[in-house]
Amino acid sequence: MGQYQWNWAVIFEKVAGTEEYYYQWILSGLGWTVVTALSAWLIALTLGVLIGVARTAPMAWLSGLARAYVELFRNIPLIVQLFIWYFVVPDLLPEHIGTWIKQDLRGVVSFTDYLPEFLFGVLGLGLFTAARVAEQVRTGIMTLPRGQRYAGLAMGFTLPQTYRFVLLPMAFRVIIPPLTSEFMNVFKNSAVCLAIGLTELTFQMKQITGEYAPANPIEVMTMVGGLYLTMAFGVNRLMAWIERRSRVPGYIAEGGK
Amino acid sequence: MQKPLILSAVLAALFAGAAQAEELTGTLKKIADTGIITVGHRESSIPFSYLDDKQKPVGYAMDLCTKVVDAVKKKLNKPSLITKLVPVTSQTRIPLMVNGTVDMECGSTTNSKERQKQVGFSNHYYVTAVRMLVKANSGIKSLDDLNGKPVVTTTGTTSDRYIKQNEQGKAIDVKNVYGKDHAESFLMVETGRASAFVMDDILLAGLIANDKNPKNFAIVGPALSVEPYGIMLRKDDAQFKKLVDDTLAGIYKSGEGDRLYNKWFMNPIPPKNININLPMSEKLKEAFKNPNDTGV
Repeated sequence: MGQYQWNWAVIFEKVAGTEEYYYQWILSGLGWTVVTALSAWLIALTLGVLIGVARTAPMAWLSGLARAYVELFRNIPLIVQLFIWYFVVPDLLPEHIGTWIKQDLRGVVSFTDYLPEFLFGVLGLGLFTAARVAEQVRTGIMTLPRGQRYAGLAMGFTLPQTYRFVLLPMAFRVIIPPLTSEFMNVFKNSAVCLAIGLTELTFQMKQITGEYAPANPIEVMTMVGGLYLTMAFGVNRLMAWIERRSRVPGYIAEGGK
Repeated sequence: MQKPLILSAVLAALFAGAAQAEELTGTLKKIADTGIITVGHRESSIPFSYLDDKQKPVGYAMDLCTKVVDAVKKKLNKPSLITKLVPVTSQTRIPLMVNGTVDMECGSTTNSKERQKQVGFSNHYYVTAVRMLVKANSGIKSLDDLNGKPVVTTTGTTSDRYIKQNEQGKAIDVKNVYGKDHAESFLMVETGRASAFVMDDILLAGLIANDKNPKNFAIVGPALSVEPYGIMLRKDDAQFKKLVDDTLAGIYKSGEGDRLYNKWFMNPIPPKNININLPMSEKLKEAFKNPNDTGV
């Protein structure tokens, strides 16, 4: 039987017909993955906290609106959402704006030809993840004894102040573990952006192992897997550090210690 | 008088034995031992190897491979040989061939020198040219017209690589855009996100044939690259390769090759009864006349 010819140096080979090397493709993909994931996480965290808080607000219209957001963005698969953002939304806009998005937006910034893919990828991933963060924030707030809210209000805090000084500081500590998973997920889920042509890490893996590729797909897949592992584990360690630093002695967050 | 008689009887028996049982090696030995031949196929390489409306793999390459399987049955004298079909993708086909999962791959795999380090190939059964699909009313006729424009191709290749290889001193700079599959790349041109789609002409012809308004699109420009397809086999397995090549040569010589070509490229095909309508290229006629397995 044949034997696979292992060649771990495959990424140092030159791409046929170009001046580029495969490792440059991997590095460029890694860069897009990191930038996309971090940008999306920024949206997810900001919006997710606002919506999560809104879901626990005593105003029915506000919590209803927040709930509608969560149900909408949580129940549609991420890949479908990305398609809608990238392919459908520009065609729903007035034609000149749609055309501007489709044609002129590309290359507006000199360093990137992939601005539309990047922006829609970040938007889609960020809004999707925000729905999940919102649920975690809501759960965190609901975990707290109901008396804390009343105590805050009784102290003379306004409702926003009660959230800011009483509820959220504890709720955030409670939800660090699920938030860690979500932060790691953003890195892994960014791979879905390849569906709209963002040249992130998984895209580059497919590019190198695909139709016109060199003959060593296993090595490239392994290396890319290793890079995702490293990124996600790095996030995990960062969050563990934050968790340790923010621990309140004697309170629940210390439970596992 | 007895001795020569015995001797000639022994000699005759020896020759008969040698003629009958050439010792089996490699893939043929494996097939003979297990009673199973495993064929790798693609799921959406129209019209080479794809699933029809009954989820059964069909196509030009599948027809050729069926003939190879028949030849294996005959060679091994095993009419009851079981054929197992295994779906493969462009990412999995080489590992699955090398690790012994599939005995031959019938898809749309370019025979490249790079891949020959890992796997073997039969003689070519198709030759495709990489060209570009544009909107018929776009006015784009040549590579020069693409300067500064977004050009889409499907993940797994880069269009600017082909364009750079062919621009010959001209400074053409295109913006690469990517679709995750051919349908999406086509959609990029259709919705105005890209000015051209660079890909194998046969795939482009298939996409155009499947569109509501085939007249809106055209395949233009020079052949940016010429890619011969072969049945992927195990490396250094001369016995099996000879059987496959002999089978293909017989098909080409008897006119069966032309008939199969017409069946898949010039007539309505399942699942939607679309006619790709792509006449046979000179390159393929040449490959039928002088079968060879030179990779690119």
